[in-house]
Amino acid sequence: MLKKTLIAAISMATSTLAATGQAQAADLTISCGAVGAELTLCQEGVAAWEEQTGHSVDIVSTPNSSTERLSLYQQILSANSSDIDVFQIDVIWPGLLGNHLLDLGEVLGEDAAEGHFPAIVENNTVDGRLVALPWFTDAGVLYYRTDLLEQYGFEPPETWEELTEIARKIQNAEREAGNGRMHGFVFQGRAYEGLTCNALEWVASHGGGTLVESDGEVSIDNDGAAAALDLAASWIGDIAPNGVLNYTEEEARGVFQGGNAVFMRNWPYAWALAQSEGSEVRGKVGVVKLPHGGEGGDNQAAASGGDNQSAATLGGWNLAVSRYSENRELAAELVAFLTGEAEQKRRAIEGAYNPTLEALYQDDEVLEAVPFFGDLYETFVNAVARPSAVTGDAYGRVSNAFFSTTHDVLSGSKSGEQAVTDLERELSRLKRRNW
Amino acid sequence: MSTTLESAPAAARPQQGRYRSTKVRRQRVRAAWTFLAPMLVALTLVAGWPLLRTFYFSFTDATLSDLSNVFFVGLENYLVYDDGQWYGVLADPIWWRAVWNTAYFSVVSVSLEVVFGIIVALILNAEFKGRTFVRAAVLIPWAIPTIVSAQMWAWMLNDQFGIINQILMALGIIGAPIAWTADASYSMWAVIMVDVWKTTPFVALLALAALQMLPKDCYEAAEVDGIHPVTVFFKVTLPLITPALMVAVIFRLLDALRVFDVIYVLTSNSTSTMSMSIYARQQLVEFQDVGYGSAASTLLFLIIALATIAYLYLGRNRLNLGGDA
Repeated sequence: MLKKTLIAAISMATSTLAATGQAQAADLTISCGAVGAELTLCQEGVAAWEEQTGHSVDIVSTPNSSTERLSLYQQILSANSSDIDVFQIDVIWPGLLGNHLLDLGEVLGEDAAEGHFPAIVENNTVDGRLVALPWFTDAGVLYYRTDLLEQYGFEPPETWEELTEIARKIQNAEREAGNGRMHGFVFQGRAYEGLTCNALEWVASHGGGTLVESDGEVSIDNDGAAAALDLAASWIGDIAPNGVLNYTEEEARGVFQGGNAVFMRNWPYAWALAQSEGSEVRGKVGVVKLPHGGEGGDNQAAASGGDNQSAATLGGWNLAVSRYSENRELAAELVAFLTGEAEQKRRAIEGAYNPTLEALYQDDEVLEAVPFFGDLYETFVNAVARPSAVTGDAYGRVSNAFFSTTHDVLSGSKSGEQAVTDLERELSRLKRRNW
Repeated sequence: MSTTLESAPAAARPQQGRYRSTKVRRQRVRAAWTFLAPMLVALTLVAGWPLLRTFYFSFTDATLSDLSNVFFVGLENYLVYDDGQWYGVLADPIWWRAVWNTAYFSVVSVSLEVVFGIIVALILNAEFKGRTFVRAAVLIPWAIPTIVSAQMWAWMLNDQFGIINQILMALGIIGAPIAWTADASYSMWAVIMVDVWKTTPFVALLALAALQMLPKDCYEAAEVDGIHPVTVFFKVTLPLITPALMVAVIFRLLDALRVFDVIYVLTSNSTSTMSMSIYARQQLVEFQDVGYGSAASTLLFLIIALATIAYLYLGRNRLNLGGDA
C-alpha cells in the first residue's frame, strides 16, 4: 500500500517533470543519464528519431550517481510500472534487471546486435535473452595536463609511483608559483559504485586480482591489493584534495577542467568537455592508459606470471526496453535507432562516447575528433569487468562492501592490510549465502 | 482532568439529574467517537497497515523484485547462528554503527537546538523595533524543505567552491580548504550543524509561545525584590516554560531518531554518518532485501517507541516532582 502510493508519487513527479513543455501525452518515455553532455546528446538523438518517424518521446533525466539510478529503476520496475519504456542501464545491471526487460532479439530479430563488441553483447544476454543493446562502452583512462608535464620535463607516468612523484612535484611547484588551488590527482572517491571502479583498477594493476574471480572465489586478501589501497590512501591530503572522498565523476571533472589538477582518472566522456569552448584546459589535455603497480617484488604478480599490467574497469551503458511498456515494438525501434551506427558516430564525435561498434574505431572522422580512441583501442577491448556476473543478485552488497572498506582506508581509519582481511571475511560470508 | 470536573458536580446532584447527565455524556461519547472515526480509519490505513506489513516481511525472505513469492524464515533476518558465524541485523557491525551514529546525532543536535531555541525565543520576546520582521525571518530555515536546504549547505560546504571555506580562509582561520562532508572527522558535525540551523526555529517557536503566556506578576515581584535577571530566568522562566520545551524535545527527538534526508543529501551512504533509516533504506532499496530491511525498520521502530516511552515516563516523574515541591 505505502509502497504503491510512494511509487505513484515518484512516477507522478517524474512524469510531471518530463511533461513540461509537452502538451499531449508522448508515445514513449526514455530515461537518459545527465552526466556531462549526456542529456543534450540524448535529446538530439531522440529528436532525430522523432523527426524521422513522427512519434513523440518524453525524456526523463535520472540521478548522476549510478547507485541511486539503480535504486530508482528497481522501484519503478518492481512496481511493474509502464511509465518508462526505455531504460539506460549500466553494464553491470543486465543480470539484476533482466527479468523486467524485453528480449530485444525477439522483437528486432536475431541479428539485432551484429557488429557490436561480442563481450558486451554476451554481457547483455541473460539466459539466452538479449535484454539490452550496447549504447556506449567505457573504460577508465588517465587525463593529464600536457602543458604542465612539458613545462616540468616529465613524460606521462607508467606506474602509480611515478604518477605520485610527478603529481607531487608539479603540484608543489605550481603552488609555490602562486597557484594555491593546484592538486596533483583527482579521481572518484565518494562511497559509491564509482569508487568500486577506481579501486578495482588500483588493485588489479597491482596484481591483486578482481575482488571475486570468475570462478566465484574471493581473492581480495593479498599483498598486492593491500599495497594498492595503502598507496591510494597516501594520496589523500598529499596529491589529492581531502574532498576527493566525496567526489563523483563530475566533481573530479570540475576540478580538472577548472585547471586545478595535474592528473585525473575519469571515463572518456570528459575528453569532449575538457576540449570544449570555455574549458580552462582546452588544448592542454592528454589521455593515456592508467598506470600500473611498480615492481616491488609482489608475489601475486610473480604468480600471475610477469609484471603488473595496467587495468581499466569496464563501464558503459546500454539501452533496454521494459517488459511493462505499452509500446514495446516502437520502444525497441527507438533503441535500435539510438544504438545504430549513425547515432553512435555522432555521439563519439560530439561527446567522446566510445562506440560499441568495432567498425567505428577505424572511422577517420571519429579518430580525428577523439585521437585516443585509436591509441587506447586495446585498453577498451581488454577492460576489466566488475564481478557482477558471478555474484549475481549479491553484486550490490559485494560492491558496497568493497567501496565502503576502500573509503575507510582512504579516510585513514583502516590500513590496507586490515581492510583486505576484513573484506575477505565479509565477502566470504556473503559468498556462503549468495553464490 | 476534565472527567473529574464533570463527575464531581454530577455526583452531588439528585438521581434524576444524574440520569440526564449520563445520557448527555453518552451522547457526547458517541459524538466523540463519530468525529474520531475518520481519523482512526485513516491512521489504520496509512500507519497501522504498513507497520504490520513491515513486521510480517521482517520474518520472510522477500526481495523487492519479487514480493509475491515469499517464505517464512523466522528470526533469521534478526539473528541466526549458521556454520560458525552469526548473521542478521543484530550481528552486523554496520547496524550498530548506525545505531550509535543516530543516538549521537539525536542527543547532540536536540540539545543544541533547545539551547539555541531558548536564546532565540528570549530575544524575540523582547520589545524592539522590527520585531515582527525578525520573527518571520527566523522561521525561514524551518520553512525550506530539508532536501533543498541540505543541498544548499552541501554546496556551501564544498571543499573546492564552497563559500564557507572561502570565508574561513579569507579570515585566516584555516590554511587549506576543509572537506566538511567528506572528511570522517568533520562530516558528523557538518550534519549536526545543518540540522541545528534548520530546526532551531521550531524549538524557538514553541518556546516563544510559552514565553508569551507567562504571568507578568512573577516578574513584577522579582523586580520589586531586586532579583538578578539571570536568577529570574533559571528560577522563574525556565521552570514555567519547561512543559512547552518537553513537547518541543519529544517532537525533535522523534524526528532526529528517524533522520534520513539531511544525512543522505550531505554524505550519502557513508558509514561514518549512516543513520538507522539510511541503513534500512540501503537494505530495502539498494540491496533489494525487503526481509532484512524490514527487520532493520522494525528494530528502528522499537527503538523509537522505547525512547518515547522512557522519555515520557521520566518527564512525567520530573514534572510531578516539580509540582510537589
